[in-house]
Amino acid sequence: MSKEPVAVTGIGQTKHVAARRDVSIAGLVREAAIRALADAELTWADIDAVVIGKAPDFFEGVMMPELYLADALGAVGKPMLRVHTAGSVGGSTALVAANLVAARVHGTVLTLAFEKQSESNAMWGLSLPIPFQQPLLAGAGGFFAPHVRAYMRRSGAPDTIGSLVAYKDRRNALKNPYAHLHEHDITLEKVLASPMLWDPIRYSETCPSSDGACAMVLTDRAGAARAPRPPAWLLGGAMRSEPTLFAGKDFVSPQAGKDCAADVYRQAGIADPRRDIDAVEMYVPFSWYEPMWLENLGFAAEGEGWKLTESGVTALDGDLPVNMSGGVLSTNPIGASGMIRFAEAALQVRGQAGEHQVDGARRVLGHAYGGGSQFFSMWLVGSAPPGS
Amino acid sequence: MPEVLSAPLVLEFPFTRSLGPVQSAFLTGLRERVVLGVRTTDGRVLVPPVEYDPVTAEEIHDLVEVAPTGTVTTWAWNHAPRRGQPLATPFAWVLVRLDGADTALLHALDAPGPDAVRTGMRVRVRWAEERTGAITDIACFEPHDGEPAQPGDSTGAFADPLRGIVAPARLDYTYSPGRAQTAYIGALSARRIVGERCPSCRKVYVPPRGACPTCGLATAEQVEVGPRGTVTTFCIVNIKAKNLDIEVPYVYAHIALDGADLALHARIGGIPYDRVRMGLRVEPVWTEGARYPDHYRPTSEPDADYETYKELL
Ligand SMILES: [Zn+2]
Repeated sequence: MSKEPVAVTGIGQTKHVAARRDVSIAGLVREAAIRALADAELTWADIDAVVIGKAPDFFEGVMMPELYLADALGAVGKPMLRVHTAGSVGGSTALVAANLVAARVHGTVLTLAFEKQSESNAMWGLSLPIPFQQPLLAGAGGFFAPHVRAYMRRSGAPDTIGSLVAYKDRRNALKNPYAHLHEHDITLEKVLASPMLWDPIRYSETCPSSDGACAMVLTDRAGAARAPRPPAWLLGGAMRSEPTLFAGKDFVSPQAGKDCAADVYRQAGIADPRRDIDAVEMYVPFSWYEPMWLENLGFAAEGEGWKLTESGVTALDGDLPVNMSGGVLSTNPIGASGMIRFAEAALQVRGQAGEHQVDGARRVLGHAYGGGSQFFSMWLVGSAPPGS
Repeated sequence: MPEVLSAPLVLEFPFTRSLGPVQSAFLTGLRERVVLGVRTTDGRVLVPPVEYDPVTAEEIHDLVEVAPTGTVTTWAWNHAPRRGQPLATPFAWVLVRLDGADTALLHALDAPGPDAVRTGMRVRVRWAEERTGAITDIACFEPHDGEPAQPGDSTGAFADPLRGIVAPARLDYTYSPGRAQTAYIGALSARRIVGERCPSCRKVYVPPRGACPTCGLATAEQVEVGPRGTVTTFCIVNIKAKNLDIEVPYVYAHIALDGADLALHARIGGIPYDRVRMGLRVEPVWTEGARYPDHYRPTSEPDADYETYKELL
């Protein structure tokens, strides 16, 4: 028996900001969920199950969100699941929800991811004082910066590529009303002049710390037929994992990322991603990851990704726009960031992305990664149902 | 086999929580000696109140005051109170349905012993003398043999409402690094760096973790590596971390020790930070009494060729 086609018929986000002191965590997730239901013109009674994801527990100290948030998400009397995969969790959560529809376990599923970074300290969560170990010296940026240097050495990319990405994404964010950072006076010169935090990573090339939530309504063909607005159709979705550290690990282009993308392309019948995919929302918490992931995802040959960035191919009006929403560099509620990528990809193929819409986007990839580049989740969504 | 190391690991953090309208009113009410519930769509009064109707999922905010007296609906005796619990002497955990409420609130009951507690007994709130807007503003419950108290008519509007709270969390673990790391740490005390080799893929892991992450096999064969190695990649850290007594800028590097198949992470010293480069040959610098090398410094060898370490970044 073939899989049930899965459609995205509702999308909701909060306006992402540094601190939402006016709402509880329940109030925050509720806001995104209500907006997704309104977009799909559904009520709580139409939802068969809820799948929720969030950042690792120490990041905000909520150990059982599925328990705490069941009534806020209308899940009483329904199945409720929680997904964990570090920073990629928003993507994995959406895929677990999609699989429930594809397997015909449920007809319509609400999926949601969130984080209130203002109520905790992710840096603390990442540097727990483990006995007998030397304290980690550098935090998240320090963990990823040596890999960026390795990419620069391997590819011969000019030093300025990271700043070009940051400038592009922050400019794109100005067209996205939900983005956290709206830096109206940003210039490339300012990005290039921002201080080096973890050389080769500059301050302006790093993501902010945000409070926010994102929700989607996923449904079957019957649900899509009743939808008031054009749905996004799932053409392929996959997850892959690998250890954080192992002999032979390629941090610049992890094997799990390549395998995950290949699986998605196989499901969707994509022979040449550069030709067949119109735009990408990828997880870029430090700007240099744009050229790195362009290679890992097969949009450029090894060592060539930075050329797409430099020549403007990844700009909003380029031939392969990347992070039209402003990306993680402009909005980072960690637990929700992966789902925002997936939701923004869906908005594009629905033609609902507003000012940051890519004209005629028919197939768009959403991408997330997490941990020490060890979890990957991706989906490709299209404006037409699979097989059409 | 030598005894495996273990040590206490305490994780604690003062998480903050924004309250939202309903919890803000409830906790501010406690500060003012008022217990509030919320009325659901079907007319029940839930205490403590919630933001969303558990039956219809609708947002609810019709706050109603209930009485500070009520009935125990069930209980359990706590023989040995722990740190941070409401009372220091043995007490009963009770669910109390306050007069005017349809659901019960969990709290402590001050009673002389389990024989003095029963389901159905009448109790009343004992307020804390100093109240800040927290569940501990109710110090505990105590037996009550008078009439039910009359609730006031608060609807949850207070001057200077509480918007957020600090919710400190603390976890106490006993941490053990396991056999392989215990052996590694033991060797370090003799200033030797000893990894373990996978019996299948023959890769040498430093520090060893007792199993090969690729093959899933236990490792046992010990292999001394280094002490010299090659800087495979690095970053220059310009932000000073709390609790770390290291001057910035400093270089945080991946170092492939000679004979190891995975780079370890350490600080580079003994050279200006802006002269550190990929391929630099380094050796450990030990300080008296420290478990790990303090940092690595350049040797006088020529730089390693990129081809020799490009798989070890
Ligand atoms: Zn092995």
